[in-house]
Amino acid sequence: MALLELEDLHVYYGNIHALKGVSLHVEAGEIVALLGANGAGKSTTLNTVSGLLRPRRGSVRLEGDDLIRVPPHRIVERGVVQVPEGRRIFGQLTVLENLEMGAFTRTDPQGVKEDLERVFTLFPRLKERAGQVAGTLSGGEQQMLAIGRALMARPRVLLMDEPSMGLAPLLVEQIFDAIQEINRQGTTILLVEQNAYMALQVAHRGYVLQTGQVVLSGPAEQLRENPEVKRAYLGG
Amino acid sequence: MGSVAAGAVRHPVVRRLSFVDAFLWAFRLAVVLVVVWGTVGTLRLGRYTGEQWVDFVVFGLAQGGIYALIALGYTMVYGILRMINFAHGEVFMSGAYTAYFVAAPLAASGFLNRHPILSLLLLVAVAAVVSTGVAVLVERVAYRPLRRAPRLVPLITAIGASFFLQYAFRGLYGSGFKAYPEFELFKGEWQVLGIGILRTQAVVLASAAVLMFALYQFVMRTKVGKAMRAVSEDKDAAALMGIDVDRIIVLTFAVGGAAAGAAGILYALVFKQVHFFMGFVPGIKAFTSAVLGGIGNIPGAMLGGLFLGVVESVGPALFLDGLGIVAPYQLKDVIAFTMLVMVLIFRPQGILGERLAAKRA
Ligand SMILES: Nc1ncnc2c1ncn2[C@@H]1O[C@H](COP(=O)(O)OP(=O)(O)OP(=O)(O)O)[C@@H](O)[C@H]1O
Ligand SMILES: [Mg+2]
Repeated sequence: MALLELEDLHVYYGNIHALKGVSLHVEAGEIVALLGANGAGKSTTLNTVSGLLRPRRGSVRLEGDDLIRVPPHRIVERGVVQVPEGRRIFGQLTVLENLEMGAFTRTDPQGVKEDLERVFTLFPRLKERAGQVAGTLSGGEQQMLAIGRALMARPRVLLMDEPSMGLAPLLVEQIFDAIQEINRQGTTILLVEQNAYMALQVAHRGYVLQTGQVVLSGPAEQLRENPEVKRAYLGG
Repeated sequence: MGSVAAGAVRHPVVRRLSFVDAFLWAFRLAVVLVVVWGTVGTLRLGRYTGEQWVDFVVFGLAQGGIYALIALGYTMVYGILRMINFAHGEVFMSGAYTAYFVAAPLAASGFLNRHPILSLLLLVAVAAVVSTGVAVLVERVAYRPLRRAPRLVPLITAIGASFFLQYAFRGLYGSGFKAYPEFELFKGEWQVLGIGILRTQAVVLASAAVLMFALYQFVMRTKVGKAMRAVSEDKDAAALMGIDVDRIIVLTFAVGGAAAGAAGILYALVFKQVHFFMGFVPGIKAFTSAVLGGIGNIPGAMLGGLFLGVVESVGPALFLDGLGIVAPYQLKDVIAFTMLVMVLIFRPQGILGERLAAKRA
């Protein structure tokens, strides 16, 4: 049984049919890339998994349990946590307070302390700025904080929505290194990206979404070689 | 971020003065003139002694502390839902009015004056519990079903809820004024640094200060308080962190309600009576305080309340008496509402706040 399984999802915004039967699955331990152009429905997919949106049809299952109708905060409790598009850190809270909010559902103070150390090891910059108001961080630091905040929930599945958006190349490298490190430490990742080149380097498998439908899927190396993917997303 | 927006629409430096601009400048000028003229007049008359001025300020601070406690409810709810809970004045009334029915038998049995501190705490607890209950009920019935409705809709139900509560409490408790029992302990004055201060006002001021400090610590330091701040910044992001947004909203109403309930008892200590309509004017004053301090801003609401209380108390003597106005104290509400109008026109972001429109851009 897949760890996370989406089946025939149909999601609407009013009359706009944003997802038209999306099915995909993520196995434990994998990094799965979800690629697609602007407006393809990538964020809609993640927000449906997180419970912010309710599909009109279809199902989202975590180890076989249906997540539809489970409120967003309970989905976090069950170990599915999102790093939202555009970071969405709490700008008026300090870095440390943001991380505490990530651990909101946790009831094991000892484990939280360990995870805080883990986040600080992954992103030493955050430790230096623990007391700083998060709104004053640079874009890259904010992305690190958004990832660190989600890790504080000790996710089993991490949903990441365009973590490299708007970052300089060197920072993009750093973020992708961190993604691989998080995965090595045992977290399964569903990675939404427009940077298909980088995403397909770290991912095991990938899906390509186009106007609300999955049009391609397969192992990452196979997608990298696919002429259509090359033309549309890899600039070749 | 305000500066970016302002830069984008910057007007040429030289432009024709519009009628509205001219009117607003005239308004500002008139207010400044009245204040200066009146102040000079009063000081020339020398009608008040230094001690009286101190009395005015102390009274203003005590009154302002009450406004500040009520204002917290407005500002916290605004911070989290971007709406004005116009039923908050009635939340304030409900606690104090209900606690009257505990205070009266306590006084009749003599318990009130045998154990004044205990009685006061008991009354505050009763009022806080009732006000919290009413605030939570209003949220559940009048606001939550409308969470996704256009902004005007909850505003209308707020006004409806406000009337509903007024008349419900009139029906329950009657339409007359009820005289609150007085504490013997709080009669007369205490000497503080050689200045005689009315005991009631000292108690009110001290209680308000303790409560505000506790509330501020709660919001800044506790996990739930931090979650309140997170939810007020970004509800979806908060939900994605595992925060139960609805529960935090209820808690915000509850905390605001408790503060208003406590404020109701302090109000009853000062004014010694309760009535089903007693929430209206303090409610608007507290709303003014919250706007003065920058709505959504908690320290701002506290400062705004104290500031309004002092201006209202000192103002009539300082700048209305000197104008030869016969009964300046009748006009203290006019001062408060003039301040509300001026802040809304000239500085909608309040003393400490951001601009209303720029928030949540
Ligand atoms: N709140 C909304 N209301 C109406 N339509 C929306 C809303 N959010 C998204 N859409 C529409 O749904 C479709 C999918 O949007 P979505 O945000 O999921 O795309 P995306 O793949 O994440 O794009 P991007 O790469 O730009 O983030 C788009 O056509 C978009 O216009
Ligand atoms: Mg998106």
